[in-house]
Amino acid sequence: MSSTTDQPAALAEGASFGNVQARSAATINAVSRISVRHLDFYYGANKALKDINLELPDRQVTGMIGPSGCGKSTLLRVLNRMYSLYPGQRAEGEVLMDGRNMIAPDVDLNELRAKVGMVFQKPTPFPMTIYENISFGVKLHEKLSKSQMDDRVEWALTRAAIWGEVKDRLNSSALGLSGGQQQRLCIARTIAVRPEVILFDEPTSALDPISTLKIEELIDELKRDFTICIVTHNMQQAARCADQVAFFYLGELVEVAPAAQMFTAPREKRTQEYITGRFG
Amino acid sequence: MPTEQPDHIVRSYDEQLRRLRDMVARMGGLAERQVHDATVALVRRDAALAAEVVARDGALDQLEREIEAFCIRILATRQPMASDLRFIVAAMKVSHDLERIGDYARNGAKRSIVVAQQPALGSLNGFQRMSVMVQENLKLAIDALVNDDADAAQRVWAADEPIDDVYNGIFREMLTHMMEDPRNITAATHLLFIAKNLERIGDHATNIAETVHYAVRGDTLPEDRPKADASAYAVVRPPE
Repeated sequence: MSSTTDQPAALAEGASFGNVQARSAATINAVSRISVRHLDFYYGANKALKDINLELPDRQVTGMIGPSGCGKSTLLRVLNRMYSLYPGQRAEGEVLMDGRNMIAPDVDLNELRAKVGMVFQKPTPFPMTIYENISFGVKLHEKLSKSQMDDRVEWALTRAAIWGEVKDRLNSSALGLSGGQQQRLCIARTIAVRPEVILFDEPTSALDPISTLKIEELIDELKRDFTICIVTHNMQQAARCADQVAFFYLGELVEVAPAAQMFTAPREKRTQEYITGRFG
Repeated sequence: MPTEQPDHIVRSYDEQLRRLRDMVARMGGLAERQVHDATVALVRRDAALAAEVVARDGALDQLEREIEAFCIRILATRQPMASDLRFIVAAMKVSHDLERIGDYARNGAKRSIVVAQQPALGSLNGFQRMSVMVQENLKLAIDALVNDDADAAQRVWAADEPIDDVYNGIFREMLTHMMEDPRNITAATHLLFIAKNLERIGDHATNIAETVHYAVRGDTLPEDRPKADASAYAVVRPPE
């Protein structure tokens, strides 16, 4: 099967499925929020990312897919410099945001992480009340009065679509929430500091299908205000949520394309084999 | 050129796709045979064979339903992507084209029963020639689908013009018969419809070729296909 068509543009214009054209146009026209340029990443001597070039379009969802160990989670960790916590891990190249290279040594990590929030695979609520889970991070960055903080907590919980479920028990422990609720609480905690970019690392792999759909609906909602990057093993999830999809393999970015094109007519043979389940 | 892909990790998925391929190939073969037999029935004035063609159309309809149900099942259970998705959608579309082709063949067979009761109207060579060309294109298009051969599909897509030329010839011939003697009108009118049916079957073969191209390459052929059906202007030329 030929997957090396050299006319992706013709596809986007001519394909009769869904809104291929609208989506690809939207992706192409969007302003880039984060530009990754010639990024290499090392775990000690092991090179885990090789010359990655990727644009994260403003207020769109970028899905990152690929088999385990392909580097997609590593890239996510680079975007908010999680790796800085570990000695021996280093990144070379540029991650440009507002014209600044975020992986330069002089960047204030707290400031960066307020701009680039992250939601993890397993819900990680703090062992505190629901209210404190939200206010904790905000206090690190801003001085708010009690009523301002109340407003912020309500805003974050509302945006994370969990306000209705917790508004009567803000002072109970967050650990009493269900898995899906905990994950939405963590999303609320992330957006409470009003970041520009939210990174999701397998945000639904520990959740049941209904909670998963609620998170996906939430991502759809959040992309109106935030630039989103989501790593997922679930191809259908990437197809449902993402505007553009990047396929990684062995530390390389093999292909990046609008989601509709990626899942109907990818250009690269390796992408084709991976997403149709022929890998290995 | 057809290109090979490695097998799926889940083997039963490969088996389902193979089975779908076989079903479409079987349906294509049956449609081809219907076109063939309908033409033979016409040329030999064989009402019994024509009746067989009419009776066999149900089998095509049945296969179409089976293919559709099977495709829906694969879509629901496998969530196919990329080339698999394109192939499954193609199989579904092609089965609709083949069903339609069967309808045209059946209609032609019905008309040939009436034609057989009328005085003969000269030679039916044009019909035979057209039918052979149409069958050839149909066979190539189905083979292209079964073999993932986009180049073959493109050749079929571009080869419809000669069929249109023969059709135009028949159209003029039938008009002439009717003008010569009004008693020819019954037979000539039925023959016109039969010729039109064959021409439509040729168009469906090119539809199939377009579908195959998309299934294999992931892009679409240009909108303008070479066409030569000029019968719309055969009697009255529209103002330029």
